[in-house]
Amino acid sequence: MENTALPPLPDEAVLLSEDARDWREAVAAAGRALTASGATDAGYAVDMVRMIEEHGPYVVIAPGLALAHARPGPAVHRDGIAIVSLRDPVDFGHPYNDPVRVVLALAGGSSARHLQLVAEIANIFNDSDAVERLAAATSADEVRGILGASA
Amino acid sequence: MKILTLCGAGIGTSGILKVNAERVLQRLGITATVVAIDASMLESELEDAQVVLTGPEFVERIGRTFADVIVVENYFDTAELQRKLEDALG
Repeated sequence: MENTALPPLPDEAVLLSEDARDWREAVAAAGRALTASGATDAGYAVDMVRMIEEHGPYVVIAPGLALAHARPGPAVHRDGIAIVSLRDPVDFGHPYNDPVRVVLALAGGSSARHLQLVAEIANIFNDSDAVERLAAATSADEVRGILGASA
Repeated sequence: MKILTLCGAGIGTSGILKVNAERVLQRLGITATVVAIDASMLESELEDAQVVLTGPEFVERIGRTFADVIVVENYFDTAELQRKLEDALG
């Protein structure tokens, strides 16, 4: 059970109604939240932005939701997730799923672990209204309740 | 049968497509191996793959192939995935 559940989501890893002028600021905010929670170095945010610069806005995997992440590496201290909801939605340039209202940032200590975490995320979000509920959430507790995460 | 799920790092969005494809395939009673890859692995993995599941950005990168390339819009909508897999495999 320990290995499949999401890592803890402390208050520092949740930013609600964040101001972001564009997708870079939105991803940077998610990176700051990961760093504040102790999961990553500040450099991980730069890596997450670079992934999107290199490969495009494919991280917008569902209407309104961006799954920001980079590869495991020295910038990752331990598994971590962060949630950022945006006061004003921003476009990532995705053909179907813009604009983005929620950024879920993910850091995995290894590739295998990273894959386990995204599988867990799929279980939470599949065929559900979790994105809408996260966008409307007004407290970190509410966000944890939606994700089934601990503090 | 081999099915590829493709994304930038091979461990993020392709992982979501992998678990959801496996879920849908089981529902359909289809036996297949689903492999999550990044673009650098395309050349070695594409040859014997029947289907590639990916997002719109990667279609061009895949280039000419005998595999069915399926573009997924909402990665969490297993009904969309099931419909598109049934179309490709049916």
